[in-house]
Amino acid sequence: MKRYLSTKALIGFSLVTIIVLVAVLAPLFIDPDAATRMQMTARLKAPSAQHWLGTDQLGRDLLFRVLLGARTSLSIAVSAVLISLALGLPLGLVSGFYRGAVDNVLMRLVDTLLSFPVLLLALTISAMLGPSVPNAIIAIGVAFTPFLARIVRGEALRVVQMPYVEAARAAGATDRRLIVLHVLPNILPPIIVQATISLAFAILAEAGLSFLGLGTQPPQSSWGLMIQASRDYLDRAPWTALVPGAAVALTVLGLNMSGDVLRDIFDPRSK
Amino acid sequence: MTAPLVEISHLRVEFGTGDETIVGVDDVSFSIAAGETVCVVGESGSGKSVTSLSLMRLVEFGGGRIASGAIRFGSVDIARAEPEFMRKLRGAEIGMIFQEPMTSLNPVFTIERQLTDGLVEHLGLSAKTARARALELLQSVRIPEPERRLGQYPHELSGGMRQRVVIAMAMACKPRLLIADEPTTALDVTIQAEILALIDRLKRETGMGVLFITHDMAVVAQMADRVVVMHRGKIVEEGPVGAIFAAPREAYTRQLLAAVPRLGDMRGKPGPEPMRGLSADPRAVRSAVKGKGEALLEVKNLTTRFPVKGGVFRRTIANVHAVEDVSLSIAVGETLALVGESGCGKSTTGRSILRLNQTHSGYVQLDGWELLKLPPAELRRARREMQMVFQDPFASLNPYRRLRDQVAEPLENFGLGARSEIDERVATLFDRVELPRAFLKRFPHELSGGQRQRVAIARAIATNPRLVVADESVSALDVSVQAQVLNLLMDLQAERGLSYLFISHDMAVVERISHKVAVMYLGRIVEMGSRAAIFEDPRHAYTKALLAAVPVADPAQRRLHEAPNARALASPIFPLDYRPAPSTYEEVSPGHFVLTPEAGALWAG
Repeated sequence: MKRYLSTKALIGFSLVTIIVLVAVLAPLFIDPDAATRMQMTARLKAPSAQHWLGTDQLGRDLLFRVLLGARTSLSIAVSAVLISLALGLPLGLVSGFYRGAVDNVLMRLVDTLLSFPVLLLALTISAMLGPSVPNAIIAIGVAFTPFLARIVRGEALRVVQMPYVEAARAAGATDRRLIVLHVLPNILPPIIVQATISLAFAILAEAGLSFLGLGTQPPQSSWGLMIQASRDYLDRAPWTALVPGAAVALTVLGLNMSGDVLRDIFDPRSK
Repeated sequence: MTAPLVEISHLRVEFGTGDETIVGVDDVSFSIAAGETVCVVGESGSGKSVTSLSLMRLVEFGGGRIASGAIRFGSVDIARAEPEFMRKLRGAEIGMIFQEPMTSLNPVFTIERQLTDGLVEHLGLSAKTARARALELLQSVRIPEPERRLGQYPHELSGGMRQRVVIAMAMACKPRLLIADEPTTALDVTIQAEILALIDRLKRETGMGVLFITHDMAVVAQMADRVVVMHRGKIVEEGPVGAIFAAPREAYTRQLLAAVPRLGDMRGKPGPEPMRGLSADPRAVRSAVKGKGEALLEVKNLTTRFPVKGGVFRRTIANVHAVEDVSLSIAVGETLALVGESGCGKSTTGRSILRLNQTHSGYVQLDGWELLKLPPAELRRARREMQMVFQDPFASLNPYRRLRDQVAEPLENFGLGARSEIDERVATLFDRVELPRAFLKRFPHELSGGQRQRVAIARAIATNPRLVVADESVSALDVSVQAQVLNLLMDLQAERGLSYLFISHDMAVVERISHKVAVMYLGRIVEMGSRAAIFEDPRHAYTKALLAAVPVADPAQRRLHEAPNARALASPIFPLDYRPAPSTYEEVSPGHFVLTPEAGALWAG
């Protein structure tokens, strides 16, 4: 086990742990009003002793907003990515494993979805379902599915051709067993990487939906919403973008590093 | 004697940095004279490639470092030369040929561009003279239609022609030393014979020294003037080729030579025989396996075609006739060897019989099951009776599963016992293939190639099948390991009455282990008969050519002769409306069949 405690593992897992703790604990210890309390006299103030990370255009404290926004952003992003995994993995696996007509039909469907910009797709779904956080999650999850399905299919196509899959087939394995025991574990590494990247994009997609009034409803805070709102003040108050931006960046960094380490842990060859 | 061209003394190469240093080669000393071929021979990990890469100082690009020793080439010490000096030396004074002709040519440049690059760079020739010289080079390696080849890309050439281009590139600046690192390992045996003859002729014509790296003792016997035997990074023995083969001094050399099957060794023997003993192990010599007579597998008119897609709508525009009207039968306890060169359809035949791919037509009967007609559920049940051992033991085991689970796979699939029973059976199977039980919990990457192949064999025999298809199952193994695995296969056959369809390109191995032999060319069996009939009385022109091309592991039997021109590749791709003639055979003696010329698939010598 010793060699997993590399610098990468240490940084990655620490970042993720801290961010998750913040997301879970912040609402318990911080007065929810702290993030929504407006101070018209203290609009767009730079970081100071009073407001550690400065304030936004409505004079709200950015530190509290970013801490309280963690839960919203992370839960939406994680749920959305889980949905896209739940849809994309089987879709891609079936397509790549059976090839032929099944593959053709499924992949044309996926291609159709891919041809729309993600946000437009999410917007359409969101608009159909109505504005709410759960609907935003579903919309983002579905909009991300085609990307994942494509990658899963490509990897599955490669792995299905490997002699060990053929060997298992020759040994009488059923299709389900082949897919679950022989194909799936061997395609996980790139999927882990894709999933962690998707989390970052999901946070941003949520911002887009929220901006259009289809995701998180103001005055509740989320990182995406904060980035979106900072747009008009970049020249005067860059910290309004930097604070939530840094939160997203640190989260993605932590997840990517953890993803790499997880991949190594699951790979028996690295032991 | 004149001063040697290259003199390597006490070379030591290390890999890695910091606390973990791995010694690649240690205390290696030998020399190469002008006009001399020195063969460095050894099994994987012996350090033979590290030695050749050190000569080019390419070893540094692979993370290695020359720790001590000297490599004197003329007046310079390569071990201490400046990088810029080495860059000028490479290609100009020392030419190199790599193993894989598919990947050592850059796919995006024409042959002309690849050939003239070195000429312009090292000799400062103008584009026009470089082109003329390139043409000359292609002629010297005897490529047909050299003018046309200049404008072609590597993928348009066959493997043998590509290797000729690689050789032409290495020869471009008239190097004084040619390093050939397993130059024929990836090639078919008939092409190998031509390439070996070509290198030998170029050496005689130019008087260059040749450092020839190989794992194949038969190739050594054909090529070498002197031999350096390496083992685990050290030189075991060095001497003239005749002495090494006739009277090896070291035990390791003797073992290496004993493990090599020699074509013609089995002349006049009734059945297969185990490989000669590698050690004092008494089990290494066993009684010959005898076939029993009653047919287990019956294949009639098997045909497999793959569609070639093309055009905007990806329609089928032609068919690859991979297997064309093949009929054969295997008796209980018998080994039928299916031999031929790459692309001849031997693997597809094996896979078609096991229904691992779609067949076009035909009839396959295994012990009462009519395989090609079985619905999926019954086919799965029939798989218990037929198993497969694949070529590459690194690819045929799932890297994410423990070995116990991999061998248990067929037992679990067929529900053969509760978990504890399966555990017990898997452990017994490990004993049988002579793997320690401690390996049960390991993952494939922790094992060597030979050990992995034993796991694959254990998996194949787990359900007590009647038929095992072994597709090039020993080709990827070192020769001593190959001998052990072959003996294990023969042992299992004697013990369980297994029938083997043994697919191989190695005629010497086939001669050793088979009862019957079928020779395939362009999708058809061109000749089939008892082992003695095929090896001692070959009738079809292709069988004869194949046997003549096999290098013999005996320096007294050299047969390097070069064909006047490299052979163009015959293609098994035919238009959709092509109706091939059925395979008809003439029975030249009881059980010995030769394809009649009307059926096509003629070997054009």
